[in-house]
Amino acid sequence: MKSKVAVHDPRGYPPKVTGKRLAPRLESLQGKVVYLVDCLFDNSDVFIGQLGNWLGERFASADLRLIKPRQSWVDDPDMRARIEADGDAAILGVGL
Amino acid sequence: MALEQGGVPTVAVHTDVFARLAQSVARANGMPTTRQAFVPQPVVGKSAAELRAYVDGKDPVSGRPFAQEVIDGLTEPLGDTDLTGLSFERSTPRLLEPDTEDNLHALFAGNGWTDHQPILLPTEERVAAMLAGTSRAPDETVGRLRPTRYREFWEFTVEKVAVNAVMAGARPQYLPVLLAMAASGLSGRSSSTTSQATVALVNGPIRDEIGMNYGIGAMGPYSHANAAIGRAYGLLSQNLQGGSVPHESYMGSQGNFLSYNATFAENEAASPWEPFHVQHGYAADASTVSLFLGGWYTVFGGGPRETWEQKFTRSLQACDPYTGPIVALDPIVARDFVSLGFDTKQKLIDWCVEHARLPAKEYWDNQWVQTLFHPQAVAGVEPYATLLAADPDEEIRMFRPEDIHVVVVGGETGAVWKMLGGGPRRTTVTVDDWR
Repeated sequence: MKSKVAVHDPRGYPPKVTGKRLAPRLESLQGKVVYLVDCLFDNSDVFIGQLGNWLGERFASADLRLIKPRQSWVDDPDMRARIEADGDAAILGVGL
Repeated sequence: MALEQGGVPTVAVHTDVFARLAQSVARANGMPTTRQAFVPQPVVGKSAAELRAYVDGKDPVSGRPFAQEVIDGLTEPLGDTDLTGLSFERSTPRLLEPDTEDNLHALFAGNGWTDHQPILLPTEERVAAMLAGTSRAPDETVGRLRPTRYREFWEFTVEKVAVNAVMAGARPQYLPVLLAMAASGLSGRSSSTTSQATVALVNGPIRDEIGMNYGIGAMGPYSHANAAIGRAYGLLSQNLQGGSVPHESYMGSQGNFLSYNATFAENEAASPWEPFHVQHGYAADASTVSLFLGGWYTVFGGGPRETWEQKFTRSLQACDPYTGPIVALDPIVARDFVSLGFDTKQKLIDWCVEHARLPAKEYWDNQWVQTLFHPQAVAGVEPYATLLAADPDEEIRMFRPEDIHVVVVGGETGAVWKMLGGGPRRTTVTVDDWR
């Protein structure tokens, strides 16, 4: 019978995960302020524009607002604050 | 997810190849039911009409109409998990359950803890011997790593670095170099879709102390120290950051040969110029590792011969404008440049900056320039704002001086040089702190 050996686990230590709840949902997009966030990946502005067109055709009373962060891949607290201050919903996209 | 916490119902749209990754990130952030909708890959290069068809079409992950996924994501009532999120502890033990060597090798390979080559099992004896390479305590925290900006950091100790050093076949005297690289916070297993590798340049006395090769074959498999340090950096990166698994924590489309090893040392003794670390403010007798994220391309040449200016100009233009080159010169080439009047590295860098030019329309058509520099240009950040204002046909500078590096490496068997994708130096770390 082959002998057994003890070896170290090579992995690092992951952080504890703390659950976070989702925000309350809307009954409808009609009459609501919906931010369309262009994440700045190449061509994402075109996609977000097309998604905005689609939503505008179906939710005529929705206030659709295009917005961009300062840079791609970097959190933009000012942009988030603006969305949280007067937005009812947000759609983020898209790239690659 | 930050917007959800701020009280704003949100849907994130991704392309379908990122589905597993996006869901994994949501779970690791305690919000596994984050509303996501998917469109086909790619978005880049598609026309407005084609992207409208994505909106009109089906979500390739759920099979439901894409736009309905978006609307439902904002309006469908929440369920129990939505209201609490998901909390859980993930722990990794110090030691694994004892088993036979064959079974442990299979376990390491099966769990993605190797680079698909044989490893040395990190037994307690081997790890203890490795730890003799540093005065630091085994349980001291070294730092944190993650494969990309949107993943969570994993933490690790001196002992964990030593474990991975053993696996790679490193020797105890290499450990201070590896601890410095690990402490840098830069992963050698970045998840970037561009398949970037982390290029590491070693300077100072440590090179000779541990037998690094900076002469003949310096960038090849001709030194135990170069080979083992490069391999160990990759292994410790993937294991200490929580993995490097395609579709989940690695998304490099083509991968990169330099991910096997991109660690080399400067030939300081044969260089006519000051060493790289001295250029950047370190004492000549300090031992350092300088790290660069790049490794996407290599351009090769000889000389400088009669037409070197044309060759260098064309080579620089062939480099990716998002990532300036590390210009790695054999000592023969470096001395020849001195004869041509380049008596400092900076003079050669300045020449490269002046001559590396592209028409503005070509520069701004680069995907990564467009994604990363264009927003800065619009925000007025220089030099990008000026470059954006240029006439489309104007030949504009591709690089800033800090984007280009000159390093001397090689064994003088040929007057050869390489331009290796390096980009801005991300950091220089001190090895001596980890002895």
